[in-house]
This record gives sequence, structure tokens and C-alpha cells, in this order.
Amino acid sequence: MARFLLTRLAGVALILLLVCLFTFGVFFVLSPDPAVQICGKNCSPELIERIRTNLGLDEPLLTQFTSFLGGLFAGRTYGVGEGATHCAAPCLGYSFQSSQPVWDMITDRLPVSATVAVGAAVLWLLAGVAGGLIGALKQNTWWDRSAMVVALSGISIPNYVFALVLQYVLVVELEWLPFPAAVEFGEDPARWFQSYLMPWIVLAFAYASVYARLTRANVIDTLSENYVRTARAKGLPRHLVIRRHALRPALTPIATIFGMDFAGLLGGALITETVFGLNGVGKMTADSIAKNDQPVIMGVTLMAAFFVVVGNVVVDLLYTALDPRVRVRTS
Amino acid sequence: MTAIPIQPATGPTKGPAEGEEGAPSTAGGAPPPPRPRAWRALARDKGAVLSASYILLIVAMAVFAPLIVKVSGWGPYEFDQTAVDPNLAGVPLGDWGGAGGEHWFGVEPGSGRDIFARIVYGARVSMLIALSATALTTFLGVLFGLLAGYLGGTVDWVISRVMDFLMAFPALIFMIAILSALPAGNRSTLLVVVISVFGWPYLARIVRGQTMSLARREFVEAARASGASSAAIVFREILPNLRSTIIVMTTLAVPGYIGTEAGLSFLGVGVVPPTPSWGQMIASSVSWYSVVPTYFAIPGAFLFLLVLSFTVLGDRLRAVLDPEGVR
Repeated sequence: MARFLLTRLAGVALILLLVCLFTFGVFFVLSPDPAVQICGKNCSPELIERIRTNLGLDEPLLTQFTSFLGGLFAGRTYGVGEGATHCAAPCLGYSFQSSQPVWDMITDRLPVSATVAVGAAVLWLLAGVAGGLIGALKQNTWWDRSAMVVALSGISIPNYVFALVLQYVLVVELEWLPFPAAVEFGEDPARWFQSYLMPWIVLAFAYASVYARLTRANVIDTLSENYVRTARAKGLPRHLVIRRHALRPALTPIATIFGMDFAGLLGGALITETVFGLNGVGKMTADSIAKNDQPVIMGVTLMAAFFVVVGNVVVDLLYTALDPRVRVRTS
Repeated sequence: MTAIPIQPATGPTKGPAEGEEGAPSTAGGAPPPPRPRAWRALARDKGAVLSASYILLIVAMAVFAPLIVKVSGWGPYEFDQTAVDPNLAGVPLGDWGGAGGEHWFGVEPGSGRDIFARIVYGARVSMLIALSATALTTFLGVLFGLLAGYLGGTVDWVISRVMDFLMAFPALIFMIAILSALPAGNRSTLLVVVISVFGWPYLARIVRGQTMSLARREFVEAARASGASSAAIVFREILPNLRSTIIVMTTLAVPGYIGTEAGLSFLGVGVVPPTPSWGQMIASSVSWYSVVPTYFAIPGAFLFLLVLSFTVLGDRLRAVLDPEGVR
């Protein structure tokens, strides 16, 4: 088990290093000169030169990469003498637009994104598993078919289209909900709930659909296993067969995918937050894309990759804890 | 997961434990090649037929776009200022976003461009990108899957690590990063390349597993014993047995790519204006959605139905062909 953990952690470190290298490559090697972009309209060759020296862009690529990595772990100082600024670790650089440290911009907006993500995750897990169970236990009935039709639409409708439809119907036409705004829970719990309800539903719908289909298929599969037949032959009542023998193996894969999906949620949050105008990390990223604010995009990319990689490890550990069969294989 | 997850995809799931397994666990090995009976079953399936018809309609629309636009009367880049109200910030005149005999689906608020023409040309862009990305992904996925599964050893190790690496990435974020960092030259080609680079491992992983189990089967051994070269074994013995898997995986991948293209264009890193694309049309409708709901509803409905059709068709194909390993 210790060896398994160690190799796994070494793999994670390697992947994170590659992610840094890749991000560095995209933003410093492939993209047009950042110095020109910082400089803006009223620019002179001398000014560009000064920015280049300040940011260390005139040094060899390898040196640039090591100071980039160093900045991430230990912080770095830009420039020398009077105009030097120290960027504390984890240093992701400064926004071209607002000159704020990217790290602070991200952490400022993280609570909004986390609220959207956690609420959506709770919703989709509940709805997805419930829908899938209904489908599997009432297979080929009206219940099953309607659940699966809803799931199919959820998979097929792009989330921004769904967001617009929902907002048009609930806010503009029926006026059941106010326009979403990033209200804090402490200020006004009711308004808070109303604001986040639509983002939760939109973000959750697609995931819930996938989970419902998966749960249904898994439960149907497990119910045809020999040990379930044995349990039934022993005379165990149906609900006990389902609860004790069928649910755990059927839901274990769901738990693992859930970890992955949750870690990779930023992609969906990007669109949801933009459409509903919630000022989270996703909207910040979308705005940065529009303004080509590369340090911010780069910071978010690194952070998202970090979440996914760490999510992967957590899922692996979770899987070993949930499924005894894997434990035997790894030891 | 067949698609790059803007939304969670419909395809096979990516449990980490699955990825590390070598071959599919069932001893049976190869899926049977598609039989005529399978196609007949599909032709009797209402959902499959409807989906296929809609897809064909969109393909026809894409192919004959210039002709269709001649009939409808307005091109995708023509501005019609007479169809919008300059006093109301360019809101289309008439109900339903100005839809009627002149402009079948109404006009864009502000510019007065014909929505029908832009839908038709948008189909061209979306289909072209999605299908090219599918073709490239399939090529890469099958090639690397076969190589890894048949050759094994170091080749397999290297390819598998590259696949693990690509699948561990938040693909959407990375696609955005790459597309926003690169100069906006030929965006369509870039989109295809970027989507394919992140898309092929999902097919390759399954092809690899099936190749490994096929390579151990008697008919492959027989071919080898009778002196067939490695290339002949791979292309004549193994590849035909992978046909069902490839067909199903490919069909299930297309909706993901359509959604990805639309999503990236929606975020402004995809197809560059004025070239119409459905995702981009929806993006520009966001600021008008409460005033002119048809402006987002029409491209939204076309996009939704296209993704739905490919998903249903893929599902039905999978049920009929029943390849192993594609779950």
C-alpha cells in the first residue's frame, strides 16, 4: 500500500511538472510577445525593452522556465532596484488588464464558484442516482421511459442554451425568480438561494443525465449477477437484496466518476457563470479570454489542471476504500 | 468519455481503474462484424430513422448552402437595415424576430442579417469542423490503439502514458488556453487539430484493449503461422474485427465535437466572425435574449436536435451492433 501511494504521488508530481511545462510553452513560447501586449497602445521600443528586462523575457527559455517554477513554489521578484516588485508564492504573475496579482484574483472569486459547484454537485448526484434507480427498478415502465427521455435531453442540450431558455422562461416570462446576483448567504438567505438556483440546475442537468443513465445500466447489470440470484433464492425480500447486494457494486463507479467530474467542473462553470453573470472564477476566465489577458488564463489553466490531477488521486484512493476487489489487486 | 467535456459526455466513462486494465475481461474477444440483420433492425427503429433523417437534412443543408440561400433570397453576410427598427436599438420589426416571407427565421437584431441564411451556413461550419475532427480523431485513435495493443512492450508503455497524460488534463480549459494564446489565423483548422489532440485517447484506449485480446486469438495465430506479415495481420485480421467498435465510438463522438465547437465559439475562441457558427450565433444572442427570444431559440434548437440525433443514433447503433468494451 505504501509503495502504491509513493508511485502514485511520483506520477502526480510528474504530471504537474508536465502541466507547468505545457502551460509555459503555450503562453511564453507559442503566443505573441507578452511585452508588446502589456505595453499597449502608447508604446515605444525602449518601454518594450524595459518590460522585457523586468519580466525576464530576454533570458534563455530554460532560465525563464525555472524562474516561472520558482515563482510558483517560492515566489519571485520582478525587476531590480527601485521598481522591483515581489510576488509571493504561489506567484502566477499579474493581470495585463488590472495589474492585480492573478493568485489574489482567483482566490477572491473562488467562494462564488465553490457555491455554484457544490450546490450543483449535490443536486446532480441526488437527481442522477434517483433517476437511474427509478429507471432500473421500474425497467421498461412509463417511469423508466420518462426518466430516460429527460436524461437524453439533458445530455444533448448545450448548457448555455439551457441556461438561456431557463432564464427566459423563469425570469422574463413567468417572473418566478429575480435576475441572479452574487448575494452572500449571510446578507439575505432567500435571495441567495434564488440567485444560485438556476446556475445549480443548469450545471447539474447534464451531469445528472449522465449519472442517471450510468446508474440505470449498472444497477440492471448487478441485478443479473449470480450473487444477487443467490440472495434472492435464499428468500431475501427484494428491497433487502437491492440495498445489501446490488447498490454498493452498482454505485462504486459513480463515486469515482463523481470525483473526476467535480474536479473538472471549471469548464462547465465557465459557461454557466458567464450566462448568469455571477462573478466567479469561470466568468473571470471568460472575460480574460475576451480581453486576451493571458496571465489570468494561464493561472486558471494551472489551477484547473491541479484540481483534476489531485481529483484523480483522491478518486483512486476512494476506489480502493469502496471496492474490496481493487484492494486485493494492488497489494 | 468520448467528448471533450464541456458537458459530461455520453460515451464510455473514465474510471481510473478501467484505464489501467489491459484487455476487456470477457474471454470472448472480438465482436462479430455488423450483419445485414443489424441494419434492418436499425431501419425499423423509429428513433434511429428520425435521427438519421435529421442528420441527413443538416448535411444536405451544409452541402447545398449556396443554392438554398439563393432560393431564400438573402445571403449570410447581407445587412438588411429595413428589417430592423433603428429607433429601438435595432430590434427586428414584426413578431417572432421579424420572421415571415422575406426572412424565414427573422433577422439578427442590430445588423439585420438573415438568420435562416446564417443557420444554413453555420451548419456548414459546424458539420465540417465536427466531421473533420471525428475523422482525424478516429485515424489517430485507431492507429495508436492498434500500435499499442499489437506491438506491446515499450511502444505500448509510451503510448499509454501519453494517453493517461492527455486524459488527466482539463481538456476544455487547455483548448481555451491554446486557442486564446495562438494568433487567430485559420481558426477552423486549429479547432480540428486541438479537438483531435485531446480526443483520440478515448478511442485508442478501447481499440488497444480489443487488439490485445484479438492478437491472442487462434485465427491471428493461424495467420502468423502461415507466414503473414505484421502489417497484414493488423490490417486484414484485426482491423475488420474492430469495425463495430469504431462505428459506434465514432458516432458517439460526433455530438461531443459538435458541442465542443459550439461551446468554444460561444466563448469566443472558436470560429471568428463574420463566419457564422451556431455556437457563435447563440453567444451574440445573449444580450438580446429577453427582447428577441427567437434569436437564441432557433440556433439553440438546431444545435440541440443535432446533438440529440447523433446521441440517439449512437445509442441505437450500440444496441444493435453490441460491441464489447464500448460502454
